Amino acid sequence: MQVEEFLERSARRLGGKTALVCGERRFTYQEVNDCANVLAHSMISEGIMRGDRVAVYMDNTPEAVISIYAILKAGAVFLMINPTTKSDKLAYILNNSRARGILTDFDKFKAAQECWKQTPHLSLIFVGRANSSDLSSPNGAKVLSLDHVLQSRSSTLTAPRKRCIDIDLAALIYTSGSTGRPKGVMMAHLNIVTAATSITTRLENHEGDIIFSVLPLSFNYGLYQSLMAFLFGGTLVLERSFNYTYASLDKMVKEKATGLPIVPTMMAILLQMNLEPFDFSNLRYITNTAAALPTDHIQLIRKTMPGVAIYSMYGLTECKRACCLPPDQIDIRPTSVGLALPNEELYLVNEADERLGPGEVGELVVRGANVMKGYWELPEETEKVLRPGPLPGEKVLYTGDLFKTDEEGYLYFVGRKDDIIKSQGEKVSPVEVENVLYKLREVEEAGVVGISDRILGDLVCAVVMLREGATLTENDLLLHCNRHLEIYMIPKKVIIRKEHLPRTETGKLNKRTLKIQIEEGQL
Amino acid sequence: MEAIEKEVRCFIIEHFLFGSGGNGLKSADSLLEKGVIDSTGVLELVSFLETTFHFKVEDHEIIPDHLDSIGNIVVFVDRKKKSA
Repeated sequence: MQVEEFLERSARRLGGKTALVCGERRFTYQEVNDCANVLAHSMISEGIMRGDRVAVYMDNTPEAVISIYAILKAGAVFLMINPTTKSDKLAYILNNSRARGILTDFDKFKAAQECWKQTPHLSLIFVGRANSSDLSSPNGAKVLSLDHVLQSRSSTLTAPRKRCIDIDLAALIYTSGSTGRPKGVMMAHLNIVTAATSITTRLENHEGDIIFSVLPLSFNYGLYQSLMAFLFGGTLVLERSFNYTYASLDKMVKEKATGLPIVPTMMAILLQMNLEPFDFSNLRYITNTAAALPTDHIQLIRKTMPGVAIYSMYGLTECKRACCLPPDQIDIRPTSVGLALPNEELYLVNEADERLGPGEVGELVVRGANVMKGYWELPEETEKVLRPGPLPGEKVLYTGDLFKTDEEGYLYFVGRKDDIIKSQGEKVSPVEVENVLYKLREVEEAGVVGISDRILGDLVCAVVMLREGATLTENDLLLHCNRHLEIYMIPKKVIIRKEHLPRTETGKLNKRTLKIQIEEGQL
Repeated sequence: MEAIEKEVRCFIIEHFLFGSGGNGLKSADSLLEKGVIDSTGVLELVSFLETTFHFKVEDHEIIPDHLDSIGNIVVFVDRKKKSA
């Protein structure tokens, strides 16, 4: 099975059913499928080939969801790019993946003019919400109006002939790495189908489910909502953001949503509100991943929504999702992330690669068809995390995350082996932020760490020592970060100090000491 | 209204754009679509409005019609001040 068949199979069975709701716009399965077909044909006729990479650089809109399926129907590989990504990083991702096409909207197309000049592989740009008179080509690439293509859809247009098999790539998912440059996680159709099937099986999803998602489609967790809902023939209510919590909850109740995927930041914001006016009787489950929910938040939400099942999960982009705590265990072991998902095997190993028993802390290893194919064009990085498994030729994923289990095998997250920061559930590479700061000549030393925060999980904090005579202020540094980083990566706090940053004996930046100094207010 | 707009614009530019790029921000521009503000930013904006203009923003008032552009914020603040 291939990922686009999630949509095609549901469109055949449930053509007239609402598949997608976004703002005031509602689409049936037939409509989404017709739109995706016409867009896929357009891509193919413009020269997109099997295996070509095509990026989606859009907010949460119906066009973004249609684009994902159209790219797959064209036999190409999709990559989702956070809509707040700035020109230089956008160019890096497009060049690293050698993307042939991109779908975006007019504001972003105009704002990223600098990027288009630096992306020689890009030959096709679809621009949404645009007047065709404004669509001059920035770099010789062909520029087409996305709305114009979609308006020409017809239900007689069939899907393009299949060009892929299920071990072909379906997606490149860029994720922050400890090296500072984002890495493209290669997910084959089989990987995504396996992960989506495991999760929907554990959640007992069915056609009656209505998922209410405020998570960005560029965030793996948000992306999968648009894949899983179509897999089981449910409805996806896609919101632009969680900025307006009250309006979002109101919409969720009106749409009779049954499933709500969240990250802990959203839960913290929710619990600051008076939730009494809302009738949550249709809500069947909440999923949480990306970071652990604080125990007091779990207790509070259990009290407010006693009939709602809470699924605490853990995963990473490289395998999508690994484990999940059965909801009947949430009051018994609230800090656990549960057991392996169906059709996956998990175990812990020590430094000598020996399997560990209950109570022992070790690295989590994931075995299953959900595990990625590797990092795009990074064989050495791939080899570090994909290592030989029990069967000849098989690879298993070493997650870099430390866990322990209890006597009954339930998993507990202990910590990360690297110093990646999790802000609002999204991974932030400290090195990536430090590299942006080092672009300023006046910065002599920069250290970025995550400081524990009730709302954000980790608060991104930058400590900088300037060169002698430099007159930059904290605000200048923030402004610089704002020009180069996605919104969730921008430090919430910047400290300029006169002394050198703490170092280890080998001369490496001592992040642990730096963190303690910040937390104890020594800076 | 002009005084309100000046204060609100100043806060947004200083706080979310770090003092620059405000010239390109039109009163009707969506703060969400322009990538100016995220969910925790909305909470900071609400806290700023409450402190500066001395009224309480109720949960049900935190909606895009009131807060998603400088123009919307100005109309909302003006109405709240008059009804206070």
